[in-house]
Amino acid sequence: MQLITIFSLTFPAFPWFGMDIGGTLVKLVYFEPVDITAEEEQEEVENLKSIRRYLTSNVAYGKTGVRDVHLELRNLTMCGRTGNLHFIRFPTQAMPRFIQMGHDKNFSSLHTTLCATGGGAYKFENDFRTMADLELLKLDELDCLIRGLLYVDRVSFNGHPEGYYFQNPSDTQSCVKMPCTLDNPFPMLLVNIGSGVSILAVYSENNYKRVTGTSLGGGTFLGLCCLLTGCETFEEALEMASKGDSTNVDKLVKDIYGGDYERFGLQGSAVASSFGHMMSKEKRDSISKEDLARATLVTITNNIGSIARMCAVNEKIERVVFVGNFLRINTVSTKLLAYAMDFWSKGQLRALFLEHEGYFGAVGALMELLKTTEDP
Amino acid sequence: MAECVRLDSSTSSHTMDKSITLPPDEIFRNLENAKRFAIDIGGSLTKLAYYSTVQHKVAKVRSFDHATKEAASDKLYEISVQEEVTARLHFIKFENAYIETCLDFIKDHLVNTDTKVIKATGGGAHKFKELIERKLGLKVDKEDEMTCLIKGCNFVLRNIPHEAFVYAKHADSEFRFQTTQPDIFPYLLVNIGSGVSIVKVESEDKFERIGGSSIGGGTFWGLGALLTKTKRFDELLQLASKGQHTSVDMLVKDIYGGSYGSLGLTGDLIASSFGKSATADKEFSKEDMAKSLLHMISNDIGQLACLYAKLHNLSRVYFGGFFIRGHPVTMHTITYSINFFTKARPQLSVFISFSLINGEVQALFLRHEGYLGAIGAFLKGAEEDNPNQYSWGENYAGSSGLMSVSPDMNPMQRARSGTFDMLEMDRLERQLVNLPLLQDPSSYIPDTMDLTEDALAREYWLYCFEEALDGVVKRAVASQPDMPEAAQRAEKFRQKYRHKLQTLRQQPFAYGSLTVRSLLDTREHCLNEFNFPDPYSKIKQKENDMALKYYQKAVKSLEELSWEQRQFALVRGVLAGNVFDWGAKAVSDVLESDPEFGFEEAKRQLEERPWLVDSYDQWFERLKGPPHKCALFFVDNSGVDIILGVMPFVRELLSRGTEVVLASNSGPALNDVTNGELQILTERIAAMDPVIHRLDKVLAMVVRERQTDLVIIEGMGRAIHTNYYAMLSCESLKMAVIKNSWLADRLGGKLFSVVFKYEVPAGKPSQHSAALSPL
Repeated sequence: MQLITIFSLTFPAFPWFGMDIGGTLVKLVYFEPVDITAEEEQEEVENLKSIRRYLTSNVAYGKTGVRDVHLELRNLTMCGRTGNLHFIRFPTQAMPRFIQMGHDKNFSSLHTTLCATGGGAYKFENDFRTMADLELLKLDELDCLIRGLLYVDRVSFNGHPEGYYFQNPSDTQSCVKMPCTLDNPFPMLLVNIGSGVSILAVYSENNYKRVTGTSLGGGTFLGLCCLLTGCETFEEALEMASKGDSTNVDKLVKDIYGGDYERFGLQGSAVASSFGHMMSKEKRDSISKEDLARATLVTITNNIGSIARMCAVNEKIERVVFVGNFLRINTVSTKLLAYAMDFWSKGQLRALFLEHEGYFGAVGALMELLKTTEDP
Repeated sequence: MAECVRLDSSTSSHTMDKSITLPPDEIFRNLENAKRFAIDIGGSLTKLAYYSTVQHKVAKVRSFDHATKEAASDKLYEISVQEEVTARLHFIKFENAYIETCLDFIKDHLVNTDTKVIKATGGGAHKFKELIERKLGLKVDKEDEMTCLIKGCNFVLRNIPHEAFVYAKHADSEFRFQTTQPDIFPYLLVNIGSGVSIVKVESEDKFERIGGSSIGGGTFWGLGALLTKTKRFDELLQLASKGQHTSVDMLVKDIYGGSYGSLGLTGDLIASSFGKSATADKEFSKEDMAKSLLHMISNDIGQLACLYAKLHNLSRVYFGGFFIRGHPVTMHTITYSINFFTKARPQLSVFISFSLINGEVQALFLRHEGYLGAIGAFLKGAEEDNPNQYSWGENYAGSSGLMSVSPDMNPMQRARSGTFDMLEMDRLERQLVNLPLLQDPSSYIPDTMDLTEDALAREYWLYCFEEALDGVVKRAVASQPDMPEAAQRAEKFRQKYRHKLQTLRQQPFAYGSLTVRSLLDTREHCLNEFNFPDPYSKIKQKENDMALKYYQKAVKSLEELSWEQRQFALVRGVLAGNVFDWGAKAVSDVLESDPEFGFEEAKRQLEERPWLVDSYDQWFERLKGPPHKCALFFVDNSGVDIILGVMPFVRELLSRGTEVVLASNSGPALNDVTNGELQILTERIAAMDPVIHRLDKVLAMVVRERQTDLVIIEGMGRAIHTNYYAMLSCESLKMAVIKNSWLADRLGGKLFSVVFKYEVPAGKPSQHSAALSPL
């Protein structure tokens, strides 16, 4: 490590950002160097200092920007420099304001490259150019996702494993979260649940394919919840879902057959028809918003689980890693996915989750910044 | 889940006229002889099935005894009309609201049944159990829904040609029918009820539910009702067909500003269903939300179906269930989804490391999808009669056919929910098999022109059949001179067939692909319906008698020719004989005249060589080579055609040492010679001509045993309308005279143009090159 420090005479100019502009959320990672020498400090331009101060001294930015303090990776060495990696998110809707801020803070004078991935890197490229005089380095989101994920797993979460799984997923009472690392991670089926869902079969850092995707993702959960319950945020929707009972909304096998459907080995408690009870007016009149939110969550989660499982079988991969911001503060879904993988595969498949859920794309983008100067 | 949706309490109050809109005896036909009932009660529709027997008249021919032959004038055979009893399956579909009225009607008309049990399936079977038992006095015996569904599916796939179709919303013809495959297994059945069941069917009795999804028709209905406050399923679909999903869904271009090029995802692709509705400050229209929901569910089901199809390596995927049932909107979205997911190739990053699945998945739908459960339940109860042992054919006269429910195509679609839909299937005398000489039985299509797709041709042929209707009615009456009510029956026939033609004009896809053959079949079914088994029997008899008188003279004059001249004269004879066709308007004048004169006249009318399609030279060269082992000759008309045209040709083949098998229709069609008539004719000719021997065996067996190496197909119907493109594994000769100016025009010829198509299958060199000419 020391050798690298000595020989990497050039590292990219600060500030170091990696940005992932998704359909719903922008994920921003910021490397805060803590090894700044007095010399450096002197040379450091004022707006660079002010950016650092603004980002590191706040946990909320504007009305909607949030720093996930609990995810901060401390004392990380990147490109020979030591620092803390901060994880910040804000809604994609706020992108124009963000770009405006870049303009106001005269970001373009900093000679840094803004590495961006996600669809927004393409969509907002022109706005960055015209509004803030900034050139984006656009990066493929799946490349970044995999690179970032492998990196974070490698450096670990401040000494703790980045990954976790659920022990006894089929038993709600004894189901416990267990930490784990992804040693020997390949092959893995990577299920990225953002607004929509992408499913990748990953064979090595540079060898992967997008197997399929589905439009029923986090955006669908939130979109439907907003329409059905009048809620406005993901947090609100999840809060309601945690209190609801989906069996008031969904029709179960036992609602149709009175018990198990033995001819086909289906348990009575399995969902036969999502929202199936809602065909009846009486039932529609008797359910709560919480029940609806829960049913929406369960429907979307089970569907993702089912497609992921099919892909795993088709691709002959046993390890399924779920990431993406849909899983943020969403233990209902993580447990359900763990259960679904285990139950339907009769224990063959294992669902794994990662603590930095939705930030891997942004981390991957940052690494690209460091790579561009590291290997000229 | 296969389960059908129970009625919403709000929908059941939907007021409906409980009177039956059609006279019930035209719906529940043949109840007097009905035995063995089955019923499938779904969420809104009831399907009733029963087995019955139909007594109808058949025309038989019988040779006069030798002893009385002298006395019985100069007639070769006598015609008698006999009663025959055949089996028929009846399936009737109606709204649940009519169930009580229908049960009452059945009870009143059920005469001699010893049936004690009614097989029942469907989600509503339980609800109506008590009512059925009380009304009919039959014990309700419940059968597993999925088992019934699959039994029914196997049955229709095996027995009904053009049962399955591909749906193409924007194509010239909405429905593209699939030809029946000799082997229907394995296939995937995706049943979209309130949930989805995906079943892999491997054989008649072996099937397995390999997967499913809870996101199905119930999700569309339930979630749709919540989002739009619209209660009825049909109304939700209506809403959806008017909406724009792009205002609710987040598309790839909403995220990327354009396409996601490196993954091949186009900008219009949905990235997140309902992704744009995650906002409090916007209102969304009911139509748009319904559309978005429809896309979400259809895409999801399509994706899952593709994943299962690929995993099990199956390319035939049939979709059914109430979500699909005749709804063009859902058939379209499911088809779209399947096309997307089957064509989406996995994207590669650096290394190619996947196994390519070649078989593309196709979304198939079934014409009688709504009947599967009832058919299956019926079959379960009828196992002792073993209906699967027989071949069954759709009776076009008694079946309603597929109705377009596409609102722009059929403005009457709302009326659908007040009518009765019927399917009738007749037991065929014998099992139908493909001719073993077909090169590729799985791709054999017995129709040259698909009138469903060819609007001009359809227009013409429908007009033609309508024009010919008066003549057919006249013949029908004349064929039964001793029956005074024949005129009345003939009039009923006219009305029925005209109505069928009108329906087909509106809905050409009603019975699968519309073809000249199916138009003819429909006419025969309608004639049978009104007990006109063979309107042309008397005419055929007269023609045969007259032509027979000239047989020996014709043979003699041919024998006087040189070998070379004779070969050509024989071919011209077959062609001229084929001009004698009552089905062709242009020749009816010739038919009324003296056969000898007529035959000569016909020869003069024939096109001079080179013919429109002319491989006579190759045929002639071939004749110089060794004789064929066995020729199979599909003959056409009676009278001059068979006796003066075909027989001398056959005689020549026989003298060369070739065995000849004559194949003719089993039942009557216009003046086509039937098998019964042909047997008498050959017997008679054999008696006066030692060269001709009679052969009579089951065709397919004969063809194999005798090592048939030549197939001759004669006549417009057989050689042009149906088998023109049929590829045979042996040499073949297709001969016809085009007696229809429109068709001649189409094919680039004139009236009385000749098609003489001699073909040698690729890979089998024509033998003449190896043989030395004997002359």
